Amino acid sequence: MTGKPTLAMYWAASCGGCEISILDIEEHILDVDAAFDIVFFPCIADFKTKDVEAMEDGAITVTLFNGAIRTSENEHMAKLLRRKSKVLVAYGSCAHEGCIPGLANTTSRAAIFDFVYRQSPSTDNPEGLTPQTETRMPEGAITIPSLWNTVKTLGQVVDVDYFVPGCPPQSDQAWKVIEAVIDILKSGKPLPPRGAVLGAGSKTCCDECPRERREKRITRFVRPHEIIPGSHECLLDQGILCLGPATRDGCGAKCVIAGVPCRGCYGAPGGARDQGAKMVSALASVIDSEDPAEIDRILDGIVDPVGTLYRFSLAHSTMQRVAVADSDREA
Amino acid sequence: MAWEPKIVAFLCNWCTYTGADLAGTSRIKSPPNIRSIRIMCTGRMDPTFIVKAFALGADGVLVSGCHPGDCHYVEGNHKALRRVLLMKRVLAGFGVDADRLRLTWVSAAEGEDWARYTTEFTETVRRLGPLNWSGRISGEEMLTEPQEVAS
Repeated sequence: MTGKPTLAMYWAASCGGCEISILDIEEHILDVDAAFDIVFFPCIADFKTKDVEAMEDGAITVTLFNGAIRTSENEHMAKLLRRKSKVLVAYGSCAHEGCIPGLANTTSRAAIFDFVYRQSPSTDNPEGLTPQTETRMPEGAITIPSLWNTVKTLGQVVDVDYFVPGCPPQSDQAWKVIEAVIDILKSGKPLPPRGAVLGAGSKTCCDECPRERREKRITRFVRPHEIIPGSHECLLDQGILCLGPATRDGCGAKCVIAGVPCRGCYGAPGGARDQGAKMVSALASVIDSEDPAEIDRILDGIVDPVGTLYRFSLAHSTMQRVAVADSDREA
Repeated sequence: MAWEPKIVAFLCNWCTYTGADLAGTSRIKSPPNIRSIRIMCTGRMDPTFIVKAFALGADGVLVSGCHPGDCHYVEGNHKALRRVLLMKRVLAGFGVDADRLRLTWVSAAEGEDWARYTTEFTETVRRLGPLNWSGRISGEEMLTEPQEVAS
């Protein structure tokens, strides 16, 4: 220990892309090393949970927590790191809004287990074995974490100080956030207001998008494989379901510049609570029909409304998950 | 006490709110299950209001405004029509019966229509039963209350 501020990064239900986004800050990683002692970062070095448990409460200056809360272990680590950290940052879309793991909220644990361990074409499980949280062996009991029925965001489980959106957060934004933290630690400047979204703007992806917008008159939605998008026109104008109007800016509109519609990973823009409902509002304003039957025909082009409009924000949304069928309820 | 449907109704200032008022002053009977919220135009009806109403305990949501062509703001009600049609699909995706959301056109002169539509809709929702969203989404592991996250 050198008396430097300490930094931790932990992954819960996540893919590892958030860690890559931190490592992608290139030579600035040396500045991170100069400014912090890294005390817990399982992706890049061998730390154990017991190392964290042995720390005093509040011993970690900043923890970047990525990943959604999906298992009992995720919750345990979220609560542990909350206790041990002065500043807890929900880093990336999973911790912020549930992200892709949150799409498990369209189904249930029972249905997921049934598919993965029985129905999937690649499953070979004649005895119908499913994982048990506890297995008794002659040497003793072996336990694994239990999987929850509902994926939650970090903010739904513990108090979170700051949110950094994105799947993953863009590395230039990640560095800006870390740079600001280093500056605050050195200069003693006040912290941003608690609950602030860092490393992003407050407007929408459309504000950053260089594509040319006209008055939108959509008569048909097309799926990405059905069209080669024009290089300069707004993707939504071309009937491609782009979530730019309901997505926070800050990413540099990289996807839309490359001709790929915005899928919404930066979450709802500032002041908006429910990204999917906001996108419903935006889409309803641009569909060019006043005839209910015609509108319904156009809407048939949106194949999976919940999975599309809430792709990254389902766990954080107002409805939070798809209703649990009575048959899937477990006592 | 027996369960009664809770219905949140978003009414446009210029047509339906006045029409509902007319139903009252004309002493036409209509069900007490409707909680009216006046908005300037159904075009102001943010779909966020609909999900919030259901998440906070509404069993049905009614949106009612001027007839097509009569909108005080020219086309706000057309936007509402498209929003409601898309929201029905979103709600169905969440496992909420799309019939729990209804859009009607009631002019300032149509107090009787207001009474008829609200009676019909209340019976529809009564038949569908309680939605109880917070109870319906809670699994065995929901140990912690969801918290609002500032943006």
